[in-house]
Amino acid sequence: MPEIKVTPLGAGQDVGRSCILVSIGGKNIMLDCGMHMGYNDDRRFPDFSYITQNGRLTDFLDCVIISHFHLDHCGALPYMSEMVGYDGPIYMTHPTKAICPILLEDFRKITVDKKGETNFFTSQMIKDCMKKVIPLNLHQTVQVDDELEIKAYYAGHVLGAAMVHIKVGSESVVYTGDYNMTPDRHLGAAWIDKCRPDILISESTYATTIRDSKRCRERDFLKKVHESIERGGKVLIPVFALGRAQELCILLETFWERMNLKAPIYFSTGLTEKANHYYKLFITWTNQKIRKTFVQRNMFEFKHIKAFDRSYADNPGPMVVFATPGMLHAGQSLQIFKKWAGNEKNMLDVKMQVEYMSFSAHADAKGIMQLIRMAEPRNMLLVHGEAAKMEFLKGKIEQEFSIDCYMPANGETTSVITNPSVPVDMSLNLLKREMALGGPLPDPKKPRAMHGTLIMKENSLKLVSSEQALKELGLNEHQLRFTCRVQLQDPHSDSDTLHRIYTHLKSLLKDYTIQHLPDGTVMVESIVIKVSSSAEDANSKVLLLSWSYQDEDLGSYLSSLLKKGLPT
Amino acid sequence: MAAHLKKRVYEEFSRVVQIPHEEAPAKKLRLSKPSKSAALHIDLCKATNSTDALQYLLQFARKPVEVESVEGVIRILLEHYYKETDNSVRLKIASLLGLLSKTNGFSPDCVVDDVINTLGNEKSHQVLAQLLDTLLVVGTQLPESPAVRPRLVEVACKLLSDTYFGVRNKCLQLLGCLGMVDTPLAKDSDGPSSSIGGVRDVQSIISNYFSDQDPRVRTAALKAMLQLHERGLKIHQIIYEQACRLLSDDYEQVRSAAVQIVWVLSQLYPESIVPIPSSNEEIRLVDDAFGKISHMVSDGSWMVRVQAAKTLGSMLQVSPHFLEQTLDKKLMSDLRRKRTAHERAKELFASGEFSSGRKWADDAPKEKLDTNTVNLIASGACGAFVHGLEDEMFEVRIAAVEALCQLARSSPSFAEKCLDFLVDMFNDEIEEVRLQSIHVLREISTHITLREDQLDTVLAVLEDSSRDIREALHELLCYTNVSTKECIQLALLDLLKNLNKYPTDRNSVWKCLKFLGSRHPTLVLPLVPELLSTHPYFDTPEPDMDDPAYIAVLVLVFNAAKSCPTMPALFSDHTFRHYAYLRDSLSHLVPPLRLPGRKQVYSLDSVDPGCGSGSVESAKLFLQQSLNRVSTIQNLETPGAQDLLNFTIRDLQRLGELQTELAGAADFCATYLRCQLLLMKALQEKLWNMAVPLCLKQNVTATAAAQQILEETYKLEFLYSGLESRQVATIHHVRLQAKALQLILTARTRPGLDLLISSCEKFLQEIESFQRMFLTELPHLQDGFVDKLLELMPRLLSCKPVELVKILQSSLRQSGLLQLRLPEQIHRASATIIEPTGESDNPLRFTTGLVVALDIDATLEHVQEPQDKVKVQVLYPDGQSHVIHPKPADFRNPGPNRHRLITQVYLSHTAWTEPSQVEVRLLLAYSSSSSSPSSSIKSGWSDSIDGLPPAEAAVEGTIPFSKPVKVYIMPKPARR
Repeated sequence: MPEIKVTPLGAGQDVGRSCILVSIGGKNIMLDCGMHMGYNDDRRFPDFSYITQNGRLTDFLDCVIISHFHLDHCGALPYMSEMVGYDGPIYMTHPTKAICPILLEDFRKITVDKKGETNFFTSQMIKDCMKKVIPLNLHQTVQVDDELEIKAYYAGHVLGAAMVHIKVGSESVVYTGDYNMTPDRHLGAAWIDKCRPDILISESTYATTIRDSKRCRERDFLKKVHESIERGGKVLIPVFALGRAQELCILLETFWERMNLKAPIYFSTGLTEKANHYYKLFITWTNQKIRKTFVQRNMFEFKHIKAFDRSYADNPGPMVVFATPGMLHAGQSLQIFKKWAGNEKNMLDVKMQVEYMSFSAHADAKGIMQLIRMAEPRNMLLVHGEAAKMEFLKGKIEQEFSIDCYMPANGETTSVITNPSVPVDMSLNLLKREMALGGPLPDPKKPRAMHGTLIMKENSLKLVSSEQALKELGLNEHQLRFTCRVQLQDPHSDSDTLHRIYTHLKSLLKDYTIQHLPDGTVMVESIVIKVSSSAEDANSKVLLLSWSYQDEDLGSYLSSLLKKGLPT
Repeated sequence: MAAHLKKRVYEEFSRVVQIPHEEAPAKKLRLSKPSKSAALHIDLCKATNSTDALQYLLQFARKPVEVESVEGVIRILLEHYYKETDNSVRLKIASLLGLLSKTNGFSPDCVVDDVINTLGNEKSHQVLAQLLDTLLVVGTQLPESPAVRPRLVEVACKLLSDTYFGVRNKCLQLLGCLGMVDTPLAKDSDGPSSSIGGVRDVQSIISNYFSDQDPRVRTAALKAMLQLHERGLKIHQIIYEQACRLLSDDYEQVRSAAVQIVWVLSQLYPESIVPIPSSNEEIRLVDDAFGKISHMVSDGSWMVRVQAAKTLGSMLQVSPHFLEQTLDKKLMSDLRRKRTAHERAKELFASGEFSSGRKWADDAPKEKLDTNTVNLIASGACGAFVHGLEDEMFEVRIAAVEALCQLARSSPSFAEKCLDFLVDMFNDEIEEVRLQSIHVLREISTHITLREDQLDTVLAVLEDSSRDIREALHELLCYTNVSTKECIQLALLDLLKNLNKYPTDRNSVWKCLKFLGSRHPTLVLPLVPELLSTHPYFDTPEPDMDDPAYIAVLVLVFNAAKSCPTMPALFSDHTFRHYAYLRDSLSHLVPPLRLPGRKQVYSLDSVDPGCGSGSVESAKLFLQQSLNRVSTIQNLETPGAQDLLNFTIRDLQRLGELQTELAGAADFCATYLRCQLLLMKALQEKLWNMAVPLCLKQNVTATAAAQQILEETYKLEFLYSGLESRQVATIHHVRLQAKALQLILTARTRPGLDLLISSCEKFLQEIESFQRMFLTELPHLQDGFVDKLLELMPRLLSCKPVELVKILQSSLRQSGLLQLRLPEQIHRASATIIEPTGESDNPLRFTTGLVVALDIDATLEHVQEPQDKVKVQVLYPDGQSHVIHPKPADFRNPGPNRHRLITQVYLSHTAWTEPSQVEVRLLLAYSSSSSSPSSSIKSGWSDSIDGLPPAEAAVEGTIPFSKPVKVYIMPKPARR
């Protein structure tokens, strides 16, 4: 039986190090190639030796697809392609391709320059790796080879995040990457059409959470910042992830604009600034508001937000500063924190809502259900979440949609048996003939049986009428006839008996053509019935029935009917 | 000469009478008939191949065809159709047939037979579809024809089994447009209908196609069903289940149409009971439909989401239980139930703790949830609006806000619940949505009282930089109820902050505080000492009277004091002085108060609104009495008449100032009487007895008077709304008098005979048209000037101009004063320019040759269609004047009969040596052709208007209707 196999190398019942192998219709695909933030040893990267012990991966993988630029989805990419060895195509969207190298370079710097690790990939390797990338557009169907095709859908989450639909023949898999079903200040909501994949591989970070409306949270946040600024205080906002920073920037920028505020907003330079450059370019990937207004003004060209300089921290008056890193444990945010901590007017926004916002661009339980409803998959597979939470969601999915749901651990293979439809060419003549037999319109809801010959020739399937098949294959037609004798006790003469049979059948089988031929036979359709007296007993007659293979049904019915004897 | 004149006059009239019998145009049409169709025929014959023929047809389609030649053209087209082998040409012909059938005045039933015949032989599906489209056009042209309808329905039923979707689509459309549910027509005539199998039940035929394989056909079937509904046929409830199934169709247009059908059914059968699948329970159909449509608010296609959200708003019969679910979204975090931020805010408020937001983890999850009870797929209406309001597309959000509004208006408890959500929408990223939600909150504000924390959120928006938003919010605050005195204080503080930040909002903020004060007198009372900063022992410094913030506080306090008699006791001395000042300067914001010891001074004003309706009545009575008094003046010669008029005018003007409700009517009467007075003065005896050269001066005054009366009549006609045709007739009557006066004066001063003849002619025409226009009103004009003239009409027509003038003169002087009857509601259009204020001493500097934009903000009241009528005039010191037509988008409509014009005008001028002032004012443009004294009369004879000279039809002009504002500008010479 054809089946689809899914093996997570990372992110199976776990968050981080997303890397999922899918083999579908004889093709092997790697979805995402991420690193794990929690480890510094070999567990940091997926275990590529699962694919092959030694040698390059190129022979075993048909393509690699990266869903978005977060390091837990693309962090191991240079390692895999350059150090383990992979020369095949790598697919990602345009924004991901642009921003991903910045993050990889940053990651490399921290690991090699700061922590002093050796045997790590180099800048050159990142560049080489990026050369293998083929960019994707939304809703563009890309043929990886003759049979394998992929298509990207919008996923929200961060700029350029995509869900991919992978299709071989009639088998298909959708991988969501990380996605978000509620729009935010700079990105829209994930959307997919009703593609009915065999498996939907979905993240499940928030499998057990239903979130409150964003608006309250935004309002609270803005109100607090506003109040603090009005008091003349300074606000420090430590931010975590790329993407969330942009959302907060947009939020504050529009608020400043609306409320006509003058206090400066600063942004610590570095990573986010570089990324922001790309946010300006990829306007088509943002939400409705930004897309519609960018003709007047690109929302990412901030009016009120300026780059931060160390000396500004001492400036008097109110200000807002975004600083990295988010945990206040080191770097700029710590320095500023120390400087400002003395004054009670200042506000340090480390409370729940910011932390909350920085992770919130994932779909919650309701969002996941909504996506399932949109895509209508036949099977469900959960990754990128904690086992216990997945368990809950799995139960819910099975209960509500009555489809199978899997949650394999890392290295564990799930196989799903598919029932692919096999396309067959049908000859037009045959089709027309069948059409003529049936009703005026084909009813799509009812399968219909038809006669024909299936010819399998050089990888193609053809359905033709039997005559044509014979002709094509150069075969002679063979007739197959069944004959049958039936003993009958009947005192009449042969011809009378025959006549009685004729009238008997005539009265029973009203819809059939029954003929009494002069040569002493009765024809029911194409079935021949003859009568001969047996030599010993004039009363017992022998009926000869003969029918061809096609009339098997009618023939056997007649024989059983005649065996019962004639009515007296 | 007179004979000549008479002849010409007769000619004029005879021509008017003749018009209905005129045959000429008809003849002309008949002539064109053969040429048109013949040309087409020749063209088509000439065409050697199908491309050529197609080209000819396309060219032909560009020109209209006269009614008479339609039939001929159709014959030719059909003839060609039978011969044509090319599909595209046949298609074009079929579509032309449809176009031609639409020709006005052509009855297309003769086309039906031919088209139906061709249907039988047609092989191409596209052409078939087009032919059916033609039949559809014919069918809609003849909706009631008993002969055509069943035939078309029969054809449609027959072709429904076609394999091409377009044909099936058109058939369904035909059925939708023409099918009858139970055809009484067919039953009566039994014969033909029995042959048509399907006519009995068009609905079941259509609903068969709900499950067609082609989504376009499914959509067409649903639309056809809707069409049936729109035509007033009752749809059966049976299709409900099918329609619900289509809600989960793969194609958005099907889902969208299905939402509509489900909605229609829920309105038709709200109380039917439907079973819930997979359980034994049953619910009302409207609830079930509501749940299903709610589900569509989280559909994949935003078009469907908009549709669903809109539809929800009109399902008012839904049970409150279901309604409230739409705002419910059970939160959880790690499988533990969480309260929403809204619930937390409410609890915090209830516990009396001041919202600090500093409590650590106050949103920490509470009790553990049982996994079995958590329902993730929202069954039913759960959280529909929560989703809708958070949607990605602002179209959906707006639709959801509107739906919330409709539902909340009919259910106070729901209004209470949706408050939090609406307030949240004040923070939306798109201004339109914010504005809409503020408006919605205003509309439902009668049902609700804002809590302090909610008010806080609302007030935060006061700092918005968009003026529209702020003003909408002020409007909202005018209607809001608040619960505590802290709320009042909070609102006042924020409004003052707003005033400080945006000084231009002054008027709007004051108005807002006026309503706030008069709504919550008891809540303001305890705040008074603090607000006025009075102290029991010490005298506090007297605040600055020009401070807008102080005025704002006073407006709040005085309006509260109106219904709170104990309050004035808390005022300090200067407060009373300030009251007197404000009562005079801002009388529309400060109500009359009963202040101790000051009654005498304000006795005139103390017509206080407590007995408001009574005072209006008495004022009305007074108005009527004044008018009656005036009507005793028999004719313009009566002695003492002038004095009486003078006094009455003065009385009326004062009345208008005192009683704002009657201002329009009083003004109207006063202006009318002023016209009469002017006329009277102009006709004074001694003036006319003198020889012409001696009374040059009087002549000048009379001419000026005539001119002024004319102007005033235009004002009377176009500046006031609510006039009935009787008043319009009176106004026209005065105008006619003024014109007669002018004619007399012309006759006296300029003896040029040609000129006199032509003006006499014109005058007679005007009398004629007056008679035509106000035929029904003539009985009311008894004894008037026109009445007299009409009696003398035969004589007038035959006499010489000099004699005519004499007659006019005597009848003018003898004719009595027409009594003015007041219509129910009369309003004077008025405009106030709020900005520029004209107070600035800083000139607006700009370089000559370039432009400077001047912001104009004005309120217009009682102006109909201001987009077309209101213009801005700029007068430069050198006498140049520019009239600027503002864009339609610059007008906003904040309330009934109220408009707001916010626009920019561009000024430019050559260099000046020093700054000077330009005048800006608003003009009301009018055109007498657009004024319909009585629309029925107008439309009655407008058919024959073509023959009349256009000069009579339209007098255009403008009336200034706002006080001019002076703006200081300074065009500097360009620097080189």
